[in-house]
Amino acid sequence: MRADRTKMPVQDPEIRNCNFDEVALGYTPELAMLEASRCLECKNPRCVSACPVNIDIPGFIKHIKDANIEEAYHTIYQSNILPAICGRVCPQETQCEGSCILGIKSKSVAIGALERYVGDYALKQNLSIQEEISEKEEKVAIIGSGPAGIACSASLRRLGYQVDVFEALHEFGGVLKYGIPDFRLPKEIVDKEIQNAKDLGVQFHKNMIVGKSITIDQLLHEYHYKSIFIGSGAGLPKSLGIPGENMTGIYFANEFLTRVNLMKANRFPAAPTPVRIGNNVAIVGGGNVAMDAARTAKRLGAKNVFVLYRRDMTALPARQEEVEHAIEEQIDFRLLRNPVEFIGENYVVKQVKCEVMILGDPDESGRRSPVGTNTFETFDIDSCIISIGQSPNPILKSATPELEVDRRGRIIVSNHQTSIPGVFAGGDVVSGAATVILAMGAGKEAAISMDQFIRERA
Amino acid sequence: MYEITEKKILNQDVEWMRIKAPFVAKNAKPGNFLIVRVDEFGERIPLTIVTHDEMSVTIIYQKLGYSTQLLSEKQAGDFLFDVVGPLGLPSHIRDVKTVLGIAGGVGAAPLFPQLKEYARRGVIVDLIIGGRTKDHLLLVDEYQEFCRNIYFATDDGSCGQKGFVTQVAEQLYQEHTYDLAIAIGPLIMMKNTVLLNKKYNVLTDVSLNPIMIDGTGMCGNCRVTINGKTKFACVDGPDFPAEGIDFDELMVRQNYYKEEENHICRLKLGARK
Ligand SMILES: Cc1cc2nc3c(=O)[nH]c(=O)nc-3n(C[C@H](O)[C@H](O)[C@H](O)COP(=O)(O)OP(=O)(O)OC[C@H]3O[C@@H](n4cnc5c(N)ncnc54)[C@H](O)[C@@H]3O)c2cc1C
Ligand SMILES: Cc1cc2nc3c(=O)[nH]c(=O)nc-3n(C[C@H](O)[C@H](O)[C@H](O)COP(=O)(O)OP(=O)(O)OC[C@H]3O[C@@H](n4cnc5c(N)ncnc54)[C@H](O)[C@@H]3O)c2cc1C
Ligand code: FES
Repeated sequence: MRADRTKMPVQDPEIRNCNFDEVALGYTPELAMLEASRCLECKNPRCVSACPVNIDIPGFIKHIKDANIEEAYHTIYQSNILPAICGRVCPQETQCEGSCILGIKSKSVAIGALERYVGDYALKQNLSIQEEISEKEEKVAIIGSGPAGIACSASLRRLGYQVDVFEALHEFGGVLKYGIPDFRLPKEIVDKEIQNAKDLGVQFHKNMIVGKSITIDQLLHEYHYKSIFIGSGAGLPKSLGIPGENMTGIYFANEFLTRVNLMKANRFPAAPTPVRIGNNVAIVGGGNVAMDAARTAKRLGAKNVFVLYRRDMTALPARQEEVEHAIEEQIDFRLLRNPVEFIGENYVVKQVKCEVMILGDPDESGRRSPVGTNTFETFDIDSCIISIGQSPNPILKSATPELEVDRRGRIIVSNHQTSIPGVFAGGDVVSGAATVILAMGAGKEAAISMDQFIRERA
Repeated sequence: MYEITEKKILNQDVEWMRIKAPFVAKNAKPGNFLIVRVDEFGERIPLTIVTHDEMSVTIIYQKLGYSTQLLSEKQAGDFLFDVVGPLGLPSHIRDVKTVLGIAGGVGAAPLFPQLKEYARRGVIVDLIIGGRTKDHLLLVDEYQEFCRNIYFATDDGSCGQKGFVTQVAEQLYQEHTYDLAIAIGPLIMMKNTVLLNKKYNVLTDVSLNPIMIDGTGMCGNCRVTINGKTKFACVDGPDFPAEGIDFDELMVRQNYYKEEENHICRLKLGARK
């Protein structure tokens, strides 16, 4: 048995930080086989219970060992319809891989990389799962086409419902499209995985903002949807709330990433939407969004990209792989720095002033909380990208007063059902900004509750 | 795809279109806007919904830069790739007796549905409408249907007073009193109107047109500072009471991409002509 984890080939950092092609290139069949052979096929696999959707991990890996990739795909598909996406973006180190037995003595099996391998194989071979769907007459509506909405729509469709997905933007996929960059998740992959849901018979409708173009009340009472799932995500950027934040040159990550990912500003002028960041770019935050913003800025040609984060390296909430890749791409981490003010001239930002922080006692998240030292440091910048989190977009709530939300705007649910009977919700709009797989899991579970609700009403 | 069912040229810079978009039309209210993408690769451009019926909406746009010129190349019978709306909050219709509308250039388009709504509610409505030349005064016949008086201002004096709408307003304030003014036009015009109105104790509402992308409150591109607080024009507006708006900041924000906008215009449209 080999102890070494099989490395996935990647593009050279010096080359990739100038292009938007995918960084991690995926396993070859040989490498996948090699890595699969490391799996011990535990009797009580801890990885499965650590997976938010409980994929039969040893099961699919066994099929890889047997060189039956199609069967491996079928195994994953039972629990997860988006393997090529999840294999790329899940925080495996805190989920499946984090509880792999091998990880105790050496390195865990690269489950994410194997999942991706199987997902990519299925997309390449156009593997489709032939399913008998016994049609039902009832219509259900899904709001939002992010991972929560996609998962929910597919589950309901497989139960036979007539499923319509309403999406506010002109493309489907939610954050997978407008947030996560191409070099980490190519948009063709997202489109192909969504095609699977379309092939099942799910109808997708773009440019439909529920609460504006159509209301929840209209969906229920005018269009006779039996049940509704809200998967509208967490799209509202959080602000730092410090002076100067509205000067030009200061972006919220959502704007910056949307310009590049959804509107293709990296191809300006071939694509008509521009983006401008200059040479010295500060990124505020330490999560996946911050890493994506930093690496995107680098690829747009910024000379110095630095991350301002108020804790230390060990506390960065981003996926480990993203942090490693960012370091390789010469993103500079200026840690224990907390922005307190933007300084500019004539409304154009020139500098960001930061307070130097130290780490104090642990807070409720268990991480040591940053404490100000009353010493300050100022950095020259051409632009700044604020990436400190998102909360749910308020459009639906303001159009639907009877929809109960908590203090932070998150929809309150019980057994996935909201305060409006028949209206369910899941994903970031319920949990606050979280992960793709948790959103998918919530969508899937909500589908079961919706089915139950409809059958009880029938 | 969204069909253009009718198109009119209003003057050399401004055009009118009727677009079939039932879900935008259905819930549209005065003050709402929509976002258009002309083609598959298009920018998302926000435009006010001027009027609407069951199935369709009308827009009036000024051919300003690349995307509006691209839009202008489309004819009746052609299709637009994306149309989404109705966006923004409907205009807040205040409980007043007399209103003065002040329109600068293509601002006459977004002002129209609001002013009409006031008139419909029995409010006395006067209007000052300004433009570069006589040809640039928009919707005059339509406004005539419900305005008590209409006053004109043109840069070249070809109609009404030669000069700015603010000059006409100042003269009016000597004789008339208004409970409210609604000013829509270029930012500099709105800024100067508010300054004037403060002097004469007239309340002012404006409709803001910052750069937008999604129009759903997701990106924050459209933010404006009002009384020291940040608002997103696409979801909190686009109409706001004008007194606390930081117009200077907004003007800088609106010009952020000037270089790129000029570049793409020269590059792509220059080559086409
Ligand atoms: C830059 C970035 C990087 C990330 N990286 C990772 C990562 O590496 N790994 C990971 O697991 N997670 C990552 N995340 C988090 C992850 O993407 C989200 O947790 C996940 O997408 C949430 O899914 P969702 O379906 O709840 O919402 P979203 O993906 O946000 O989808 C919601 C959809 O609903 C639409 N919508 C909103 N309101 C309406 C309405 N009123 N009517 C109609 N449609 C509406 C939106 O346009 C959107 O398409 C990242 C997030 C960002 C922003
Ligand atoms: C809520 C709202 C309602 C509007 N209603 C109308 C209307 O009814 N009729 C009309 O003619 N115009 C309206 N506008 C302005 C219109 O959106 C812009 O003129 C248009 O986007 C310019 O695009 P362009 O590519 O042709 O010009 P560009 O060359 O891109 O820009 C020319 C000018 O328009 C501004 N601009 C550029 N992109 C945008 C954008 N996405 N959003 C806003 N401004 C931008 C630029 O700052 C610049 O000053 C409205 C804007 C908003 C926000
Ligand atoms: S346009 Fe994106 S938040 Fe207003």
